[in-house]
Amino acid sequence: MKVRLLDIAHARSGDKGDTANVGVIANRPEWFPLISRELTQARVTQHFAGMINGEVDRFELPNLNALNFLLHGALGGGGTLSLKTDAQGKVYSTALLRMVLDVPDAEARALGLPSA
Amino acid sequence: MTERIVRVASGQGFWGDSLDAPRQQVENGPIDYLMLDYLAEVTMSILQKQKERDPSMGYARDFVGAMDSVMDAVTERGVRVIANAGGVNPPACAIAIQGLAKQRGKSLRIGVVTGDDLLPRLNELLEQGHALAHMETGEPLETVRDRVLSANAYIGSKPIVEALSRKAQVVITGRSTDTALTMAPIRFEYGWTDTDYDRLAAGIVAGHILECGAQSSGGNCQYDWRNIPDLANVGYPIADAYEDGSFVVTKHPNTGGRVSVQTVSEQLVYEMGDPHGYITPDVIADFSTIHIEDAGPDRVRVFGIKGYAPTDKLKVSIAYRSGYKAVGTLVYSWPDALEKAQLADRILRERLERLGLHFDEILTEFVGASATHGPLAGDAGRNAPEVQLRVGVRSDDRATVERFTREIAPLVLNGPPGVTGFAGGRPKVEEIVAYWPALIDKTVVQTHVEIV
Repeated sequence: MKVRLLDIAHARSGDKGDTANVGVIANRPEWFPLISRELTQARVTQHFAGMINGEVDRFELPNLNALNFLLHGALGGGGTLSLKTDAQGKVYSTALLRMVLDVPDAEARALGLPSA
Repeated sequence: MTERIVRVASGQGFWGDSLDAPRQQVENGPIDYLMLDYLAEVTMSILQKQKERDPSMGYARDFVGAMDSVMDAVTERGVRVIANAGGVNPPACAIAIQGLAKQRGKSLRIGVVTGDDLLPRLNELLEQGHALAHMETGEPLETVRDRVLSANAYIGSKPIVEALSRKAQVVITGRSTDTALTMAPIRFEYGWTDTDYDRLAAGIVAGHILECGAQSSGGNCQYDWRNIPDLANVGYPIADAYEDGSFVVTKHPNTGGRVSVQTVSEQLVYEMGDPHGYITPDVIADFSTIHIEDAGPDRVRVFGIKGYAPTDKLKVSIAYRSGYKAVGTLVYSWPDALEKAQLADRILRERLERLGLHFDEILTEFVGASATHGPLAGDAGRNAPEVQLRVGVRSDDRATVERFTREIAPLVLNGPPGVTGFAGGRPKVEEIVAYWPALIDKTVVQTHVEIV
């Protein structure tokens, strides 16, 4: 089953120099393991291909049912140097939430995930 | 006997935040401390420019209005105010507040924290071998030394604690860390020592939750955003801190917004780096140890935080001049809005080329199609009602950027059709003040507290 990340998680992003951070939080604690499994460093790197020119770091915060991603080279130089509309990376959060996950039907049903 | 609480209220998340929030925080319910955060990364350089023009300036002027609006609470009810409004000139800020108090017929005891300003000592520090290398690129500061506008060490809670212990009613700092403004009064009230790392870290986490104002009480919250009540009357966040380091995030009754596990969690991950090591001058907080739970309507309990000994460095915020930029925009309408905007961009670039203008960077965005989400946004198609062409340029040469700004308007008459949205006039050339983060040995930064 296709599941939109937007329907099972919320997120906030910000900046530190030319790096954007995206913290993504499961809407329900029981959905966090699935999100943590699916949002690998490789998957998120692939998701942002063409938008960032650096690496992606991934951190786990199971205590907050959250993951934190650092997207390096995401802000066109960052801060006041950047010419981008989103110079401070404020909406990388919603860009991440565009991701669609492929979840086995049985698991999706067991977790009560909303279908895309 | 009820357990003791220290109540710290956030009344400002950045310079330019709601002018009314400080007053609402003192009027809508009881608080012990009002914490006002005015400084962002580039704010110091703006203030430095103001100080160069007028030596009595260089602080966040909004703070004077804020103090005017909370003066009675401070002098009559004992609310104490902690603000990094001093910018690059805390003494001048204190003079302005004393002037205000006098005008209002009040007597006020103000603690002024200085010592963070490294600009006057910069040459001496570089000569002593402090490279102040850029934290991300590793470049030594020498490469931009002649363009430096301001240099301030991020300082911690201790001078604020000293000011409070000397009975300051208002504490004005320069580049204190945002989080120290909240942690310091809690630490002061409970007498936490320098090695009380877990509780100091808890105070830092409280500070992180409070430092962006309403961003933890329902503002900019994605979770259930449609149903967050009455943001027009949003209540700014408050931390009720207990002696064991735990605290409850809440807001005044009869205010809008929401304090929930979700609103607080979103703020916790905001601008987060490595969650295991949130480095501050006083302590390293481990955000992976934060426990957070619902504690009733608009109440969230935060506890269990671990902290570790701080490093022997302080972060330094340096601002330097870094050329010029300008951004020009035009709006293209249906049909084929995106295609028209793309053609206009090609025409513009060809003209810039013919003029022999070379930029360090030129960036085109199509607002309404792909400006913020790039290729993830998918195809805008031919039916977008409008697309804004947004072209930005950057160069060390002001004249080059100036010339660019003349090339936008002509497109209205000599480019693709269906174009509008030029009422704002020619784009403005902006001098870029860029941010240079560095580290310095703690031992070279001495803070001072003066009571005035």
